[in-house]
Amino acid sequence: MAGYRLPTGGRYLDRDKPVRFSFDGRAHKGLAGDTLASALLASGQMLFGRSFKYHRPRGVLSAGPEEPNALVTLRQDDRAEVNTKAPVIELYNGLDAKSQNAWPSLETDFMAINTLFSPLFSAGFYYKTFIGPFKKGTRAWMFFEPFIRNAAGLGKASREPDPDRYERGNLFCDVLVVGSGPAGLMAARAAAATGARVVLAEEAPLMGGALEEENQTIDGLLASDWVARERDLLARMETVRLMPRTTVFGYYDSNTLGAVERVADHVTFPEDGVPRQKYWTIRAKDVVIATGALERPLVFAGNDTPGVMLVDAMLRYAVRYGVSAGRSVALFTCHDGGWASAMALLEAGVPVKAIIDPRKTIPPAFADRLQGQGVAFYPGHVVVKASGGKALCNIHVAPYDADQGAVTGPSRGVSVDALGMTGGWTPSVHLVSQAGDKPVFQDEISAFVPAETSGKGWRTAGSVNGLFSLKACLQDGHEAGQAAALAAGFASEEAAVPDVAGLEAVMMPLPLYEVPASSIRAKAFVDFQHDVKASDVRLAHQEGFRSVEHLKRYTTLGMAADQGKTSNVNGLAIMAAARDARIDDVGTTRFRPPYTPVALGPLAGREVGDEVLPERRTAAQDWHEAQDATMVSVGLWRRPQAYIKPGETLEMAATREARAVRERVGMVDVSTLGKIDVQGPDASAFLNRVYSNAFAKLPVGKARYGLMLRDDGLVYDDGTTWRLSEHQFLMTTTTAAAATVMQELEFLLATAWPDLKVQLTSVTDQWAGQAVAGPKARDLLASVISDVDFASDAFPFMGIRTGHLDGAPVTIARLSFSGELAYEIFTPAHYGRGVWDRFMEAGQAFGIEAYGTEALNVLRIEKGHVTHAEIDGRMTADDMGLGGLMSQKKPFVGSVLAQRPALVADKRPQLVGLISKDGQALLTGAHLVSNAVLQEPADSLGHVTSPCYSVVKEAYIALAFLEGGRARIGETLYATYPLANRHQPVEIVEPCFYDPDGSRMHV
Amino acid sequence: MLIDCPCCGKRDRREFTYLGDATVARPGMENTDHEDWYAFVYQRENPRGWHREIWQHSQGCRSFIEVRRNTVTHDIESARLIGPWAEKAEAG
Repeated sequence: MAGYRLPTGGRYLDRDKPVRFSFDGRAHKGLAGDTLASALLASGQMLFGRSFKYHRPRGVLSAGPEEPNALVTLRQDDRAEVNTKAPVIELYNGLDAKSQNAWPSLETDFMAINTLFSPLFSAGFYYKTFIGPFKKGTRAWMFFEPFIRNAAGLGKASREPDPDRYERGNLFCDVLVVGSGPAGLMAARAAAATGARVVLAEEAPLMGGALEEENQTIDGLLASDWVARERDLLARMETVRLMPRTTVFGYYDSNTLGAVERVADHVTFPEDGVPRQKYWTIRAKDVVIATGALERPLVFAGNDTPGVMLVDAMLRYAVRYGVSAGRSVALFTCHDGGWASAMALLEAGVPVKAIIDPRKTIPPAFADRLQGQGVAFYPGHVVVKASGGKALCNIHVAPYDADQGAVTGPSRGVSVDALGMTGGWTPSVHLVSQAGDKPVFQDEISAFVPAETSGKGWRTAGSVNGLFSLKACLQDGHEAGQAAALAAGFASEEAAVPDVAGLEAVMMPLPLYEVPASSIRAKAFVDFQHDVKASDVRLAHQEGFRSVEHLKRYTTLGMAADQGKTSNVNGLAIMAAARDARIDDVGTTRFRPPYTPVALGPLAGREVGDEVLPERRTAAQDWHEAQDATMVSVGLWRRPQAYIKPGETLEMAATREARAVRERVGMVDVSTLGKIDVQGPDASAFLNRVYSNAFAKLPVGKARYGLMLRDDGLVYDDGTTWRLSEHQFLMTTTTAAAATVMQELEFLLATAWPDLKVQLTSVTDQWAGQAVAGPKARDLLASVISDVDFASDAFPFMGIRTGHLDGAPVTIARLSFSGELAYEIFTPAHYGRGVWDRFMEAGQAFGIEAYGTEALNVLRIEKGHVTHAEIDGRMTADDMGLGGLMSQKKPFVGSVLAQRPALVADKRPQLVGLISKDGQALLTGAHLVSNAVLQEPADSLGHVTSPCYSVVKEAYIALAFLEGGRARIGETLYATYPLANRHQPVEIVEPCFYDPDGSRMHV
Repeated sequence: MLIDCPCCGKRDRREFTYLGDATVARPGMENTDHEDWYAFVYQRENPRGWHREIWQHSQGCRSFIEVRRNTVTHDIESARLIGPWAEKAEAG
């Protein structure tokens, strides 16, 4: 029980408003204005979670989005959000959070035993433990994997749908300012003064950044009062949009930035219609990156003990939330900033008892003021170890010689319950790195800064540039704001930068990074979130992983969800020391979006469930749904798969429907077929080029089946094309390829053949259609359409006629996919439902049944007709038995490359039919092998593309591709599917199972 | 990435479909040389820097556009109409 609420202070707090919340099921009380971390610290909670690999007890390290330790699951059940950072969760009534990665409880975590095995889990653990001999290693991995996966990791995501609303929005502005610290506020003010439209995005709920803890005055005002004044001025300007709780996480092309606004994460439930989070696409003419800097931990044994935190975090908890991190506090600093913080902490009421500084000379300005306040100074000393397990109780302090870089004497214990550490500040160069800058190392501040302070469409300002003087940050922000506005086309007048007064620390840290380890087994953490120790970095170096990219991947340093915000520089420094190189020479990795993790909800926005994709509906869709048809998605369409009756399986329904077609008459909705209106004097010449078979002489009033190849000579699509007049054709494509065929044909006309006078129009949605198929199809059509002569010689196979059905214009083509006497009837879409109903009604006398795609499939498999199950982008026309459709008399798309040696070779796959000999259904994707017994590995001779139960064979059949298949008719092979443990004998037969001479469709 | 469609103005690249390299020329229909067709179908430069590409404003006016784009920075220098109607359009 170290932390506690100070009697006074806490600028964010409303001490009259208690807030109830729970952590790990236990009731807690905080105050309005608290974060989850500050409220828990105030109640004495030190343990927040267990670490990723070793399950070590962890407290809270920071007070911001860089937090690597205090990750909790926020809210429960369908609203649960894992790995949220306790320091940035704003407290609200009823907040319910749970710790992660601990079992059975946070206090008693059995997996903490991992820490004893830590030598086993060192860098490269996976690679070392689970490599060859291949089979043995694989088995070991298979056996251990579930245990390891269970032991490692953080929160578990909810499997329930998120009930909250998320939105997406677009923002346009002249100047986007990211960050509202001194530089950001000044930049926004300077840019807004020019009349430019300004967006100021701030990650925190309130504007001001580090100014909240600033002790200097600005324009004679307390820094926090100056912030309030500036914020109010900006808020009153119509051209300015202030966006608190908004994280700009990504910088993309064309000055497009991604941001997430947490609209209602800080309330118990979002109000009706209010999104929880909103994803903004921001297009800015110019961007001021004023993202500031993050404080850096120091690396020493036990630096992850709960109670050890960043000095800046201690100060923020004290100033903003009135919380003291401990009752006896020590600070470990290697720069003057730590001393300035000590003063500020004491002023806020935090009992600072000791300051440890590796430098022999302590800054006199601060030392003088701290005299007599009960603070023990340890100049020329370091903390070699922090101990206490679940709560800090002791630090071990030893003399240190900065010149030798060595601990020079024995350590002694100092009893404290909280330790602040600071190794200096790391500029947040994430966005500028994403924008393309390659940050360079700056020795004075021991950290990377942007190589350039401006680029195409952006500029940086403030601490991100390595500036830590308030006056300099204000000045820098002011100039950046003016320059950004100017770049966006808004000139500005001269303006004064506010005056600053007060005592300021110079930020020139001693480059300590790591306290030399006394033992090789010391657990000194570099990357807290991924449990990477200083010894892991050295081990990686020893094993040859010296490049920064290798180091990162081998040790996983900086690869956790925090992207190494607190660990990056320390890790590089340790590697540089091991290589005896400068940090510049070790280099740094490029930061990638997002700056902080982004939930999928706001990225999806309202496009969830039924709203992910638009639905295309045919004219008869309502009818299908009213019949309770089982629907199947085909692109954006939903087609009836089968009209299943009570007690039927899908196969039974398809069999019944297919039998109706073979014996009487059936009707299927074919409105989804792609339809392209091809018009122009060169239309027939155009079709003659895009189809492999001849189209130039197709007579008016006739349809022809056409095959399209790709330029590489493989089959692309098929369909029938109808010549409606000399210069007008109606091309049909398969449902699946409708859009791409249209695009390809447009592309050819625009780029390859601009001389052809042809116009293409997609008319898929304009025509509704149905195929009426079966021996009684003619009688049915004749019974409802009186102005067309359906006699076979008057209306021959492949003929096209126009007529009327109850006044609705219809275009009829006598085509057959099913192999029966059949017609396709198209009508303008608004007549579609009426025509469908009329056929169903009149069809009752003929025993009509509607059929779905499943029966359609049975019928075409029986006839050996191909669909996209066979047209899979790897097959030639000849493979499918359609070699006869490759014209020898004309060039066409794909005609040259179709003759490539590999495409005309002997052992090409060829379409065959299969009949299952064991009476069991065949499976799509099963491979054809010659082994009677399932063995591994067997050479695949081919594969099954389309299986079904045949109503005419009364057996399970399939279409398949088989190497040299046409010469193997009559053989027995085996269809093998080891994943389903299936190995079935099949007889190889001709691909057409039914009525091979086509007599039935020509009647 | 924004593409400046000559018909519609600057639009997000998600409205467009990339349709290939504009620097390769399609052999004529009467050309039966395998090497020429092979080169057209399969051989592409993969330049680092400026490149000419064909895009279609598929979710807009459906026109085909030749875009000069930098493959490193994604900067777009120009976008012009192609197709039988391009000349007339450019003439106004």
